[in-house]
Amino acid sequence: MTDTVITAGHDETAAEAAERAIDEKTYGFWIYLMSDAIIFALLFATFVVMSHNTASGPDSHTLFRLPYTFAETILLLASSTTLGCSNAAIAAGQRGRTLTWLGVTSLLGLGFVTMEISEFYGMAVAGAGPSRNGFLSAFFTLVGTHGIHLSIGLIWIVLLGCEVTLRGLNPFVVSRLYRLGLFWHFLVIVWIGIFSVVYLPEIL
Amino acid sequence: MLGKLTIDALPFYSGIAMGGALIVVFAVLGVVALVTWLGQWRYLWTEWLTSLDHKRIGVMYVTLALLMLVRGFIDALMMRTQQAVALNSDGYLPPGHFDQIFTSHATIMVFFVAIPFLVGLFNVVVPQQIGARRLAFPFMNSACLWLTAAGAALVMISLVIGKFSTAGWNAYPPYSEAQFNPDVGVDYWIWAVLLSAIGSMLTGINFLVTIVKRRAPGMRLMMMPLFTWATLCTNILMVFAFPSLIVAAALLGLDRYLGMHFFTDGDGGNVMNYVSLFWIWGHPDVYILILPAFGVYSEVVATFSGRRIFGYESLVYSTAAITVLSLVVWLHHFLTMGAGSDVNAFFGRAAPLIAVPTAVTIFGWLFTMYRGRVQFTVPMLFTLGFIVTFVIGGMTGALLAVVPVDIHDTTFLVAHFHNLLIPGALFGYFAGYQYWFPKAFGFRLEEKWGRRAFWAWIVGFCLAFIPLYILGFMGMPQRLNRYYDPGWQPYLIVAECGALFILCGIIFLAVQLAASIRNRAALAVPTGDPWDGRTLEWATASPPAAYNFAVVPHVHGIDPWWAMKQAGATAPRPARFHDIIMPDNSSAGVVLGAMSFVFAFAMIWQIWWLAAVGALGIFAAVLSQTFRDHAEHRIPASEVEAIESRRILAPALVSGAPT
Repeated sequence: MTDTVITAGHDETAAEAAERAIDEKTYGFWIYLMSDAIIFALLFATFVVMSHNTASGPDSHTLFRLPYTFAETILLLASSTTLGCSNAAIAAGQRGRTLTWLGVTSLLGLGFVTMEISEFYGMAVAGAGPSRNGFLSAFFTLVGTHGIHLSIGLIWIVLLGCEVTLRGLNPFVVSRLYRLGLFWHFLVIVWIGIFSVVYLPEIL
Repeated sequence: MLGKLTIDALPFYSGIAMGGALIVVFAVLGVVALVTWLGQWRYLWTEWLTSLDHKRIGVMYVTLALLMLVRGFIDALMMRTQQAVALNSDGYLPPGHFDQIFTSHATIMVFFVAIPFLVGLFNVVVPQQIGARRLAFPFMNSACLWLTAAGAALVMISLVIGKFSTAGWNAYPPYSEAQFNPDVGVDYWIWAVLLSAIGSMLTGINFLVTIVKRRAPGMRLMMMPLFTWATLCTNILMVFAFPSLIVAAALLGLDRYLGMHFFTDGDGGNVMNYVSLFWIWGHPDVYILILPAFGVYSEVVATFSGRRIFGYESLVYSTAAITVLSLVVWLHHFLTMGAGSDVNAFFGRAAPLIAVPTAVTIFGWLFTMYRGRVQFTVPMLFTLGFIVTFVIGGMTGALLAVVPVDIHDTTFLVAHFHNLLIPGALFGYFAGYQYWFPKAFGFRLEEKWGRRAFWAWIVGFCLAFIPLYILGFMGMPQRLNRYYDPGWQPYLIVAECGALFILCGIIFLAVQLAASIRNRAALAVPTGDPWDGRTLEWATASPPAAYNFAVVPHVHGIDPWWAMKQAGATAPRPARFHDIIMPDNSSAGVVLGAMSFVFAFAMIWQIWWLAAVGALGIFAAVLSQTFRDHAEHRIPASEVEAIESRRILAPALVSGAPT
């Protein structure tokens, strides 16, 4: 009677439910990255609007050192590569190599964050802190927001490293590593934007 | 030790402020005492507060919205009373207090009435409309509820400890900067708004994934009910627009906390950048509030006209067009900024374009009613009231767009946006509340008091806001706490009467709820389908079992439940039942909300150690859920069968379906 409208099909098994949960989390994470991209886009726009609002304070020509920023960029690009290596290890199911590459990635990321903090500190003690003028407020906020994201990524790598050690490479862990990868590569792309929009034009 | 918090934060300086504080304190103590006296803490905790069931979370959202509606309305009544008496006098409210009230009124109505109300309706209705058993991320749903509740609690506690912002709901700098507003009021606003905005953005992600990934087999996008379409579009806007509010509020906070110069007067600050960031969110937010109401109207009109919605596809495309256009019109809130003629021309042309899809939608409803058999139920009354009054709102919007007519920042503007948001949003939520109440609780709301509430609301709305249109033409600025023109006073007294009518409307809604609970046996809906509904949510029991659908239905077109009834289907009873996997309860959502409240409160008063405690608490609550992959339990097939058998024993399912 009701077959045309309703079919009493089988219900989803635990494995199917797990697969579906992973699929949904990944999709949701992509959407989250889109909203995060909007936050960065607005901070970029704010920086561009304010990049000349120096109020007679220091400007980008006196503050930025290209070799230093270039080294930061190299660290970050290298970390993207090593994270890719960990993906290859995950695909091969090698827990030890996965952990090694995650470790290398986190060290490169830590190096980047350290360099950034050192740059910020140097600027602040030289009287070019974020409260100096609108340009510096926008600079510290844009670059700092990226740095905070990256620091959260570092904590995430450490937590996932612990999980890989304890639980091995089960599908849930692998899906979390995949989302970590999305997050990390997204931040590298944002950094390329920062390098091109914030540092490069004023030096060229 | 306690940062900026001292004994002076308590409202000993004003009898009225003290009264408000005492009401809040006694209301909270009263609720705690009542629950304790009834011995219901365990029930409340296990069945509601920690529940990840989307229907329960939806009910809690709507409850929050209705409670905050009372608070926001008391603010409105106080403003109307002040303006009715403040001719050549100070009235009864000092200016600073009046400013707090108009700020909290709008902040509450937008963030803690409208948003929770519409998200509550999404929660109760949308999973059932698409044939899903749960949301994609049930824990995140609970976390968003408690984040929103924490934001609302911040606004409420500002009545007792310290003062709320006086800078208006949009907190325009430079007045909202620390230089002019060193007190904690603006910080209360920033943190309340941030918690609400983060909750709304994550809710947007949750519903977007749910609607895209969890529709019943066979339900293509162009078969989704219009309320689901409205939800999908609203959630796209939430994901895209709320980041902008987060950025605006966060940068204002950086100015205030760290002395930065984003929006300051001088030192390279740029005030207009705040206005732009705010309205990049603010204009889409108008549609975040209105589109769900449109979705409700579409469902209500189709059901109570007894026919398929007219022009389903054009309504879908209109909803989508409104969604896209709403993202590119924000600049019309400040065309006088001086952005240049090209920019102004683009935004000036894009804005009126929205009228086209809106008109298509309204004609869709009118043509559905035309030749339909319209039943004048309470949800339908709210819908008709909306259609009539919304036209006035649209016309006055066109007047505001006429650049040479200088009625901006007058009460004309106040009347205009209330005209859009009371009929355009709130009436829709009320219609949805009346329409889906039996879905959530298994009994209808009483009609008589519902009709009285509707008439009180619509008469009150007209009396309260038509005088403000006239006063706008007479040049009365908005947000005035005293005035010297005796010609204005009669209109303001009429507006006060309108507010009193709305007060009756709110009281009648409460009476309706109480009377309905008392007569719930007579109002029961054993069939689960009291209105002879068309969409899938009426195929489940009312109230639905935790899993909604024992068997996930296959869908072959729009109005699937109607099609099933036409095909003579009763409840879908399968040959054999299966186990169903459902999410476990979780207390982490409540903890997350509570810790966010502690963190935000500590940040507002600059109690840094407490902020660290709150931040660690938030981190712990998130961490406790991040690595849980099997937070589910299995409902055995025998239990599902038992639940479904009880339901099928109910009287005949199709109750006098008209042809």
